[in-house]
Amino acid sequence: MSTAVASLRTNAANVRRLLPNWVWALVFIVLAILYPTIINAMVSAPDDLLDASIQTLAYVIMALGLNIVVGFAGLLDLGYVAFYAIGAFVVGWLGSQQFADVNGGNGIHVLVPGQGLSGPTPGIHINFFFVIFIAATFTALWGVILGAPTLRLRGDYLAIVTLAFGEIVPRVFENSTSGIFGIGSTDFSNGRQGITPIDKINLPWSNTPFSSLDLEKYYYVGLAMLVLVIFFNIRLRDSRLGRAWIAVREDEVAAAAMGVNLVRTKLWAYAIGAALGGFAGVFLGSVNNTVNVDQFEFGLSVFILCMVIIGGMGNIWGVILGAVVLSMMNRFGLPKLNGVPEKFGLDFDVTSVNFGIFGFFLLVMMVLRPEGFIPSGRRKLELREAEIDEADHIGAESDRQVYEVRQA
Amino acid sequence: MTEQRTEPAPAAATNGGGGALLEASHISKVFGGLVAVNDVEFRVPQKAIVSLIGPNGAGKTTFFNCLTGLYRPTTGRVTFDGADITAKRADLVTRAGIARTFQNIKLFRTMSAIENVQVGMHSRMRSRFTGMVLRTPFNRREERESHEKARELLKFVGLRRHDELAMNLPYGDQRRLEIARALGSDPKLLLLDEPTAGMNPQESEELRRLMETLRSERGVSVLLIEHDMKVVMNVSDHITVLDHGEKIAEGSPAEVRSNPRVIEAYLGSQA
Repeated sequence: MSTAVASLRTNAANVRRLLPNWVWALVFIVLAILYPTIINAMVSAPDDLLDASIQTLAYVIMALGLNIVVGFAGLLDLGYVAFYAIGAFVVGWLGSQQFADVNGGNGIHVLVPGQGLSGPTPGIHINFFFVIFIAATFTALWGVILGAPTLRLRGDYLAIVTLAFGEIVPRVFENSTSGIFGIGSTDFSNGRQGITPIDKINLPWSNTPFSSLDLEKYYYVGLAMLVLVIFFNIRLRDSRLGRAWIAVREDEVAAAAMGVNLVRTKLWAYAIGAALGGFAGVFLGSVNNTVNVDQFEFGLSVFILCMVIIGGMGNIWGVILGAVVLSMMNRFGLPKLNGVPEKFGLDFDVTSVNFGIFGFFLLVMMVLRPEGFIPSGRRKLELREAEIDEADHIGAESDRQVYEVRQA
Repeated sequence: MTEQRTEPAPAAATNGGGGALLEASHISKVFGGLVAVNDVEFRVPQKAIVSLIGPNGAGKTTFFNCLTGLYRPTTGRVTFDGADITAKRADLVTRAGIARTFQNIKLFRTMSAIENVQVGMHSRMRSRFTGMVLRTPFNRREERESHEKARELLKFVGLRRHDELAMNLPYGDQRRLEIARALGSDPKLLLLDEPTAGMNPQESEELRRLMETLRSERGVSVLLIEHDMKVVMNVSDHITVLDHGEKIAEGSPAEVRSNPRVIEAYLGSQA
């Protein structure tokens, strides 16, 4: 089997080498842009699929954010959902009627349609495209605040502390119905009801928000955000900071002795990872039209971590693939199979055992392909070290070959 | 590259020529009840190659760690190039101009040789976050220059497989790569912790020549921990001997070789 996989990989590498990288990027972007049209023509119920795809875009962004923390910097974060929560609440605060008293009940409006049926809409309403960046900055700040106490921890201990943060943050929001951290008396979250409705996205130059039936527009907004995030990730990976992250993951002591500031390097990883979580949180908040603490459960942190692991930790394209596969399975694949157990005389929905299925999937992956779908060359070598055939690497012209593996 | 060669000149000027590059006074390090290093005085002159020797467990590496900020010395003061660096963070010590290698090789195993050296240059690179994301002309130039400089350093230490991952390099090359990585930060003082361990005599000889080139061409001082007495005696201007955390002797190679306490420490008392 391994030879089959190997020949598949060489073939894939050969195909990839036919065209320069930017052409491939263009091909994928064009495909992604045409995707709604394609499924419209080919699928009988395209809305379900498109809806799942929109959610998937947000999950891909989150997986890429977590990949920076876990895949690049090697900091196992089990509380990533906290940043999704913070981002979502930012859009809840800045894009709904939550703070109805603000500005004497007239509300604050920035590049959004301001007039309701009876006078101006109360509450703060800031254009979505501003809120995503405000939220990204705000969550980055919280990434640093939550990251700072964990800097001295590694491995299991780090995982436990971040897990706790992932639980604490939604609880804080849930209980912030009368001031936050006991300060003031403003209602920040509506408790378990959550904040709803959230403003629809509208383009800054347009006065008409997207209709909730207009899925294609949401899809394109999500896609644009994702392209921006991928660009951002690639640039960072190939920079001085990206190298410092990997150095810290490999050997903290050596990295420090080479002049890498450990605190700053790790905090950058937390900040950027968190910012991307907040970025996606705003989008999901707006798409789902509600921000509710029930959305931010521990399972979601694990789900996103699974995307990173199954896709190939540390490899941007692998993580994207992992996120697409898992999220589409969750949102689209499993609901389609809901009728299957009944045919066998069993009485349950496939969706209700989704975590069982993902767990099993993860288990199978760990046995057959622990490095993920598209592993980063580094990671694969680490996991398959024992299998590496010495002869392969001592061969005379091996330089170029190894370089290729790293790009895989 | 030119920058690197000119650097030692102003350093020598600030020290008035004759001053020591590194001066450590009354360094002690205590772990619980164990005194690993006890009140050691130590200095490295400009453009010198000095060695630290002693039997296993004498506290040599602990002393190294106290100098480079990996340990905080229990007592004592370290001055480097006129500035107090006692108990400074390791990355700040490196920035100040001390680079080191490790006894048990600590390379970034899944990075290529070039990338390892580029990490070594981290403290000398100045790209900011926005520069990295927007890939400004400054950032591009700096990346390109760091790449070229890394290749040059790898050539300098005699490593040919530049794009090979560190973990796939043979042992001797890994040692060489560690030196190249340390040189990435343009150090004024290079600390080598048992660099010839596991090398054959020919490789040790190459390393000895490398150290002398470093001093003569780049003006880098070298502080060496070493067990291979042939290398130590051939290359050092000055040798310090530690035993049980204490300095028992120092002087020129000839003096140390004939010192009865050193012989006793190495061979045991014959009483």
